[in-house]
Order: sequence, then C-alpha cells, then structure tokens
Amino acid sequence: MSAAISQPEAAEPTAAVKKAPGSGLGRYVLIRFLLIIPTIFILTTLVFFLMRITGDPITAALGGRLTREQLAERVAAAGYDRPILVQYFEYMGNLLRGDFGTTVSDGQPVTEVLLTYGAATVELVFYALIVAFIIGIPFGMIAAYKRDKTPDAVLRILAILGYATPVFFAGMILKLVFGVFWPILPVAGRGTTETEYIMSGVVDPTRFYIIDAIRIGNFEVLGDVLAHAVLPAVALGILTAGVFLRLVRTNLIGTLGQQYIDSGRSRGISEFRLVTKHAYRPALIPIITVMGMQIALMLAGAVLTETTFEWKGLGFKLAEYLTARDFVAVQGIVVFLAVIVAFTNFLVDVIAAFIDPRVRY
Amino acid sequence: MSASHPEKTGITEAPESAQETFAEAAPGTGVPAVVLDEKAKKSWFNRLPIVSHLRQSVGLQRGMLITGLVLCGLVLICAVFAPLIAPYGYNQLGTSEGNFGATLPPSAEHIWGTTVGGYDVFSRVIWGAQTAVAVIVVAVVASLFLGVALGLISGYLGGWLDRILVVIADAVYAFPTLLLALVMAIAISGGQSSAWGGIAAAALSITVVFIPQYFRVVRAETLRLKAEPFVESAIVLGASKTRIIGKHIFRNATRTLPLIFTLNSSEAILTLAGLGFLGFGIEPTSAAEWGYDLNKALPDVTSGVWWTSVYPGLAIVLTVLGFTLVGESMNDLNDPRLRVRRKAKTKAGAAGARDRKAEA
Repeated sequence: MSAAISQPEAAEPTAAVKKAPGSGLGRYVLIRFLLIIPTIFILTTLVFFLMRITGDPITAALGGRLTREQLAERVAAAGYDRPILVQYFEYMGNLLRGDFGTTVSDGQPVTEVLLTYGAATVELVFYALIVAFIIGIPFGMIAAYKRDKTPDAVLRILAILGYATPVFFAGMILKLVFGVFWPILPVAGRGTTETEYIMSGVVDPTRFYIIDAIRIGNFEVLGDVLAHAVLPAVALGILTAGVFLRLVRTNLIGTLGQQYIDSGRSRGISEFRLVTKHAYRPALIPIITVMGMQIALMLAGAVLTETTFEWKGLGFKLAEYLTARDFVAVQGIVVFLAVIVAFTNFLVDVIAAFIDPRVRY
Repeated sequence: MSASHPEKTGITEAPESAQETFAEAAPGTGVPAVVLDEKAKKSWFNRLPIVSHLRQSVGLQRGMLITGLVLCGLVLICAVFAPLIAPYGYNQLGTSEGNFGATLPPSAEHIWGTTVGGYDVFSRVIWGAQTAVAVIVVAVVASLFLGVALGLISGYLGGWLDRILVVIADAVYAFPTLLLALVMAIAISGGQSSAWGGIAAAALSITVVFIPQYFRVVRAETLRLKAEPFVESAIVLGASKTRIIGKHIFRNATRTLPLIFTLNSSEAILTLAGLGFLGFGIEPTSAAEWGYDLNKALPDVTSGVWWTSVYPGLAIVLTVLGFTLVGESMNDLNDPRLRVRRKAKTKAGAAGARDRKAEA
C-alpha cells in the first residue's frame, strides 16, 4: 500500500539509524506495538457491551419468529442466559484463540466468514489506493505548483467535490453512466458467473482474484476480474484521491517556500525535479502519517462500495448480516476491521519513524 | 464512505502536523498576535467566526466561502420551510384522486418523478433537509458540549482520569466512524427505527463518534494554556478551579472550534447517509432521509431509472459541499501559510489607517 512510495525513502534513514546506536528506533517500534494492545482491548470491550445493551443476539435475530419457550431454550443453549461478565470473559478468551463465535442466521463460524470474504475487501482497498495515488499525488503537485492560479482552483474544487460525494452515490452515478447510458463496464460482482465458477475450482486459493487468476494463468479471467474492479475502485478511490490531493498540496506549499528550493533553482535544477523530488520528499512525512487514518476510512468506505457494487467482501456480508439482524456476525466483522485498522496505523507510524528520525517518543 | 472525516482526513491535521515538521515556516498555532490586537478593536459582530473570516478573505477563497455559505443557507431554508416548499408530504403516497404510482419519470405534477415506493422525489428531498439539519444540530451540539467539557477537565486536572480518557479517546478516534456509528445505532435502537427515535439514534450514534475529536483539540489547548502566565496569576489570586476552567481556559481553548464544527457537520451528514444506506435509516413513514432513499434507489439504477437516486444524492453532495467549503475556507484563513493576502496596496492602506487610529 503505502510501501509503494515509502520504500525508496526508507533506504537512507535506515543507514543513518544504524550509524547512531541507541537512537531508540527499536524501542519506539516496540512501544508503539505494545500500544496496539490497549487499543484493541478497549475497542472489543466497547463493541461487546454496546452490542449487548439491547439484549442477546438470538432474541434480536429470531425474536418475532419463535415462541417464548423455544427462544428461551435457544438462548440457554448458546449460553446467553449467564451473567454478562462471564460471557464477556469467555468472548475475550475465544477472541484470543481466533474464535469469533458462530453466526445466528446461517450457523457459520464467523472466523470462516472473515477468512473467506476478507481477501475481497483487502483487494478492493488495494485497487482504490492505487487509484487514489495515481490521481491524488500528481494533481496535488500541480495544484501546489500552480498555487492560486486557475488549475489550482479547479483541482481544489474537484477535490472537495470528491470528498463531498458519498461513495455509494459516486458508485451509483458510475453504474448509471458506464453500465446503463454507455454500457462498457460490468457494474456488479467480482467477475462473471463463469469467472466465479473457475475461481471456485482453484486449488488452495488465496481468494485474491487477481493473484489466483495469474496463478492459474488464465488471462481471460484476469481481464474479467480487472474489468469488474474498475468502477468500485474508482468510486472508492476518488474519495481518497481528493484527500491526498489536498494533503500533498498543503504540505508542498510549505516546502516549496523554503530557501533550499530557491537555492536548488539557482543551481539550475529543473522545476519538475524541484517539485517531484526536492520539495516532495520532506512533505511526505505528514502525508504518510495521515495515510493511516485514510486506510481506516477506506475500510469503512469499502463497506458502502461493496454494497453498491455487490462486491462480495466483508462489507457486503456486513450489510447482509445487518439486514438479518445477526449481531454475532456484525460484532465479529466490526471487531476484525478494528484490529486491521489498529495494525495499519501501527505500520504507518513505524514507516513514518523510519523515514523521519524526528518522529520518536 | 462517506464516513469521511474532515478531522481524520487531514484537512485540519495537515497544517498541524506540517507545523511540527516545518516549525520555522509557520510559528504559532493559528491566529497571530497582530490579529488579536485587531480583534480587540472590532465590534462583536465582526469578531464572530464566520464574519471575521469573510472580511479577511479575498479572491477565490472568498468565492469558496460565499458559495459555501449560500449552500448552507439553502439547506437551512429547505429545512425550516419544508412544509411550504414541498408540494406533498414525505410519506404521502397519493392525493384524493388516487395513488401517484411508482417510478414515474419527472413530469409537471412530479417535477423530479416518483420513487419505487410511490413517493414524490422532490418532496422527500426537501423534507430530507429537515432530517439532516435536525441530526446535525443534535449530534454536533451534544458532542461539542461533552467533548469540550471532558477536554477541559481532563487537560486541566490531569492525573489518572486524564490518562484513561486519552487512551479511550484515541482508541475510539482510530475506529472507522461509520462502523462505530453502526454499533451505536444497534445499541441505542436495536437496529429498529421509529420517528424521532430514528433521528435521535442517528444523532447520538454520530455524537459518540465526534466526542473524541473535540476532546483531543480542547485538551491539547488546555494543556498549553495551563502553563500561561495569566492562568498562574489567576491561581495566585485564589480563583477556584471551576472559575479558571470555565472562564480563563474555556474562552481561549475554544477558538478553533467553529472550524471543527463545520467540518464535523459535513461528516455528520455523510455518516447519517451511510447509516441510512446500510438500512439503519429512518422509515419512510416517519421522516425523509436521503441515504435511505438512495438505498431504495440502488436496484433502479441498473434499469435506467436515474431520478430516484440522482436527486437525493445531489442533495447530500451539495449540503456536504456547503459545509466543507465553509470549513475549508476557514481552515485556510486560520493557517498563515495558506492565507491569500489582500493586494499590497489595500492591505498596507488599511493597516496604516488602523495603526494611526491605534496611536490616536
């Protein structure tokens, strides 16, 4: 994800760190890693108790459909009639073993659901990030360089517009334009029925369709998978592209005003190089820091995008389980996404620390 | 989504973090001392956040700010006068002559057509403004009060309470807004929606999400102000803690809040729409909600029925755009690096006149 831009950067500072022993990078990484634990603990606790305020999941899911005796029987069988604290400790213990419970509506282990559909969500977020980078960073550079001129004004307004449009509305407009008025792209699912059939036959699948398609060497399927990914990726990517654009612009304006840029210019370095290298590199750190937040946001955005495009990932399942009022599954997916977000933020902070030796505790 | 997040997306974060990195480029956190002096001389009206920003702005920035204000004004007018503007009720399926009919294309009777459920699209979009404004007001005001109060107390008193609150706020802050709002909606209403229950649940869900944002900003400011000489002198004079927090620190720590307020409003609308889109909206019989309408319009799109989705969608975009433009312009005007200066002539002239007045 963010590795794409961080890798060339990471090389030099790492060497610098090695030269100065005891500068505390290792310690920083360790502390930052340990900080994930309370975060995840608080979030899972919060989610657990919030989800139980209104009652047990079985009554919520099947309340209207069973008689009172049947309901009480099923509640007792699942152990939901025990004191809430006992259930809480059991739940946390199960979580530590990777057991997220069993769904009420279709009786599947939640962990199985997470593993099956998680890859699709990650794949979507990955595509969307590529779209966001391709649009956001170069245009942010242009906006900063042409500050307060027409291109800047137009780009900034477009960026705000991109932010103001809910992902699902952007998705619906894209579906309308490229699926109905000018039907050139598929608007639903991760592939045609044939592709899905081929994918279900893949031995030991990674469930990342793009990887699986390459592994089986079927380029027709690969093309189909990519075609299906275009619209969802653009819908989700546009939102983040706007944010990246503004971030790059604000931070580049800060660095472009520095004296070393003028000195570089006087040495005859091309304007293009000044913007894309000299000014951009120092501006990268705040950008990467905010990127962690962006990935968290994209996961939430993915929930809505998946529903819009029937992209069968975690978000799509989440919406399905919400409709079915299956709160065990909902809780599992929400906690799982929270854990992913916590780890992403950790990774981003570590990358930022690698690039900038000033970021330390 | 949607669940986009002005604070999180970095509109406000970017300058802050940038200032850390490029401290020499932009010293100070927001309003420079000169502006403070100017402020003291202006009337209370000119010191109001938006009015002062409007006077400060020029060119494109001014255009953006005014466009934003006009859009916000339009939404407010629609919300307040919905019964007068909308030709039909939000839950009206027909007149005495019979039902409207479902998915009728735009016509003279239904200028924006009708939905699958047989409602008038135009009326529901107008009534939707009322729901949106109600939710924003409840959500933002509630989170403002709770977040500011907690931030002041936590920042000033410090200790174990502070530590616990910070850890919780950080954990909640890092959580995707929409997911937290979803969990809150389940907790508050069990996923059910009733008339005002739906609005209250949506508003409260959003409140919880936003408290950490106000909390963080106010706490950070409080920590900074605590060390200022005027607070120390107040302590020496024997002022009570309540008085110091409520008067000395509160007045100074809340200066950046209008900005967060506007940015949060736009996010509150997006979160509400996101909740509605996932089916946690308010039932069509109890109020109109744009996200819910878009959810119902999703299957229409593939059959070429565009009016059921385009209009409510545009309503969301324009409302969010309005609030974002206002917030964004205020953000730029507060950041000295991004503020566009007035043309040198007028600026110098005005400043000179002011200086002369000050001397007199």
